[in-house]
Amino acid sequence: MALLEVENLRTYISTPRGIAKAVDGISFKVEAGKTHAIVGESGCGKSMTALSIMQLLPEPGGYVDGGKILLEGQDLLDLTWTQMGERRGQDISMIFQEPMTSLNPVFTVGNQIAETCVTHGMSPRDARSHAQELLRRVGFQDPAQGLRQYPHELSGGMRQRVMIAIALANRPKLLIADEPTTALDVTVQAQILRLIHSFQEEFGTGVLLITHDLGVVAEVADTVSVMYAGEVVEDAPATELFKNPRHPYTRDLLASLPSRQRRGQSLEAIPGTVPDPASWPIGCRYANRCRRRFAPCETIRPTGIPVGAARVACHLYDPEIPVSPTGRRGLGEEGEATSSREKPGDASSPTGGQS
Amino acid sequence: MEKLFANDWFLNLIPILVIVVLVWSIARARRQPLWAEAYRRLGRNKVAIGAIVVLALYGTVAVGDSIGWRDSANSDRKTIVDRVFSRTRERTYSAPMAAETNGEAIPYKLTAPGTHLLGTDSVGEDVLFRTLKGCRTACIIGGFTTIIALPLALVLGLIAGYFGKIVDDTVQYVYTVMQSVPDVLLLIAIILVLGRGLPQMCFALGITSWVTLCRLIRGETLKHRDRDYVRAAKALGASPYRIITKHILPNLLPILVISVTLGFSGLVLAEAVLSYLGVGVGPDVGSWGNMIDGARDELSRNPVIWWTITSASLAVFGLVLALNLLGDALRDAIDPRLRSS
Amino acid sequence: MPILEVKNLRKEFDLRTSFLAPKKKKVAVDDVSFNVEKGQTLAIVGESGSGKSTVGLMVLNLLKPTSGDILFEGRSVADYAGADRLKFRRSIQVVFQDPFASLNARMQVLELLTEGMVIHSLGASPAEREDKARDLLLRVGLPADALRRYPHEFSGGQRQRIAIARALSVQPSFLVLDEPTSALDVSVQSHVLNLLRELQGEFGLTYLFITHNLGVVEYMANDVCVMQSGKIVEHAGAEALFDEPQHPYTQRLLSAIPSADPTQRKLLTAGAGDV
Repeated sequence: MALLEVENLRTYISTPRGIAKAVDGISFKVEAGKTHAIVGESGCGKSMTALSIMQLLPEPGGYVDGGKILLEGQDLLDLTWTQMGERRGQDISMIFQEPMTSLNPVFTVGNQIAETCVTHGMSPRDARSHAQELLRRVGFQDPAQGLRQYPHELSGGMRQRVMIAIALANRPKLLIADEPTTALDVTVQAQILRLIHSFQEEFGTGVLLITHDLGVVAEVADTVSVMYAGEVVEDAPATELFKNPRHPYTRDLLASLPSRQRRGQSLEAIPGTVPDPASWPIGCRYANRCRRRFAPCETIRPTGIPVGAARVACHLYDPEIPVSPTGRRGLGEEGEATSSREKPGDASSPTGGQS
Repeated sequence: MEKLFANDWFLNLIPILVIVVLVWSIARARRQPLWAEAYRRLGRNKVAIGAIVVLALYGTVAVGDSIGWRDSANSDRKTIVDRVFSRTRERTYSAPMAAETNGEAIPYKLTAPGTHLLGTDSVGEDVLFRTLKGCRTACIIGGFTTIIALPLALVLGLIAGYFGKIVDDTVQYVYTVMQSVPDVLLLIAIILVLGRGLPQMCFALGITSWVTLCRLIRGETLKHRDRDYVRAAKALGASPYRIITKHILPNLLPILVISVTLGFSGLVLAEAVLSYLGVGVGPDVGSWGNMIDGARDELSRNPVIWWTITSASLAVFGLVLALNLLGDALRDAIDPRLRSS
Repeated sequence: MPILEVKNLRKEFDLRTSFLAPKKKKVAVDDVSFNVEKGQTLAIVGESGSGKSTVGLMVLNLLKPTSGDILFEGRSVADYAGADRLKFRRSIQVVFQDPFASLNARMQVLELLTEGMVIHSLGASPAEREDKARDLLLRVGLPADALRRYPHEFSGGQRQRIAIARALSVQPSFLVLDEPTSALDVSVQSHVLNLLRELQGEFGLTYLFITHNLGVVEYMANDVCVMQSGKIVEHAGAEALFDEPQHPYTQRLLSAIPSADPTQRKLLTAGAGDV
């Protein structure tokens, strides 16, 4: 049984302009001791997913409309506020993107780490020594001194380490990391990712990593869900995703990254924009930007189809959808996505050659 | 100048102009999408609507007391409030809706019993009438004082915040010195020098209340000065004047509007306090402060005469409460938009 | 002759909180020198605190150097006076990182784009300026109806395009770009980079590209300066830098970049990014 299993989660936000379906039926799993990444751009719903699991949705307006969030088999959505409170910080922890604002500026670092221990049953004295040990573990040169410091005295990287210390103080089973390194320099990012990984190895924590950085995903993730417009469009082991990206969005995203190989040429930027969350289109949400859209894309919403080790929500991979006599070209432009990461055999006949 | 203020029609013109300017600026602001969003939000806030209605009532009474005319060449100028609400003068105190006087050894029958909704004061003047007359005074104090204080605070705050260094140091020095003298003492001193009266009161309050606003403006200017859009404007070659007027000032307007609304209520209260201390607008100008001041004696009588002070206090309370609620609602209407964008 | 020459640039910030406190200063930029040839792109790479943005501000003459010299088209920037200073402002423009903070939220796009024209008296009438503004919008890929709208109605990528259009409105020859794509989504970044590349070719622009994103540097830059703690630790051609980084800091930086290939993981191995 997976550590965390999310089934068909729907999180909506009611706004003056209507109900925004921020997360519209997503499913994924996080295994103990492994890292699952959710990658997507702004507005795709990935942060909302994390907040839904923690039950920290913005109020008023945010609510879970349906689905299941199973932590070791138990549905978190069934729990009362108090019960969920016991889980937070103990079984599930979260670290956030902005270390500047996630720590309380008027309390010392030691105080904040100890607070989470005491909330979950430790005595204040034990909590203090545990906090010092944690600071040593996350890389403070002088942990005793560190306990007495205030957040504003620390750099971004150090603050993020404190956040990790707080999050991992009670050895949670699951760690949710929402863009933990986005605000940090690249060298500090490497250190923080390694730190999280070392905790994972030591405690067997499952990590749900939310990010927009494909590089980070490639470096640390075991499995990946690619989110777009509130849905998971592709779910695969990391190696598979980068070797064989299947969903047009994944491919287009990878193909548009600037790199040395593309010097002097235009980058293959994805045309168009994400549709409005308050009124998702009825068919595939990527259809308006997809080079390979064809007849069913505008009207039928794709569901996850198993393809090899991956699951892809795209009609191109649906064995039951007939293709036109000339191949898959329907509306949309001619031609494959010319990603250099594509393997030639895979791109040409996603339907396995069936007509 | 004296002759101008003696001219009836000129006096009637002023409140009309004020209304026109107010309505025009609200309507004009509404066309700007950024303000329109704030209006919409405000419109949804029931408390805010209530506060605006109450303020409109006060405003109507104030305007009503500013527009007047003479019945004949030699008679006194009577305003609309005068005509509608003045009542016959009685001998002395009388309770609300009473038939006889109060507080005398032998009560006298009232000349016009049942017409004094809130009773009469020590000289027999109808209390409701006095309360309504005080409305104009309060509005003038709030309004004209702001007209004096705002430009001063704006100019000094903007140049202090934008240019920094010695300009900033000078302005800060000036207002720190002013602030180090206790407000009330300074006001008393100024009024004793200038004499009592409405314009003097406005002037005195104006030159003491600009400090808080100036601080606020300076702080906001400092905040905006280092923003990227100001840097970009500098890079384009914009002069400091252009940057201050076209870039920073429009961004200060929301804060200013909120601040002025809330400040207005402070000024109304200040007048009441000063009148209580005996350095108010003077006995011939109707004001709530004067009424409250008079209550010192009234409350120690037996039986207690409570209607004057109650009426004046409720009037002050109503205006101040409405202003504060509106100020809060404005902040909510304006700020979340700024934050979310 | 290089279009921009920077010589021994130094910037110290006074950290004293009050007039009477002991002198304390921070050296943000320490003896920085480099040249940029016309039509080329020089990238300045570094992490936070390296001083790269401060260098950019000094090149733009928005910040006065403590010492050192900046020569634009052969003339010292400090020597500019009066009308020349205005002309300088036309020649060098800037695009900032945060597309929301760099556009005045209370100005319509039309005003944002024509402000530079008004200051430099380009365009004989408001109608003509509006036409030019419309052309600029179309050139950066935005619809003409955007003229009457406000910045908050646009997405980050679109706002950045407006910022680029504004920079172009005065017809500069040199553009300082301070992390222009860092605040944008990946898919939007590529659009903006494409636009910048096209504009460079079309108008012969010279770019000073300040960034921490090495992928962008690989793609766009001819030359690269790596800055650390206010100093330039390495200055080389882009390809040479990535092929054979000389300085240990550069090597450390390059080793910390995540690679988009799970079979070549290096971050989780000990040493990446560490001293």
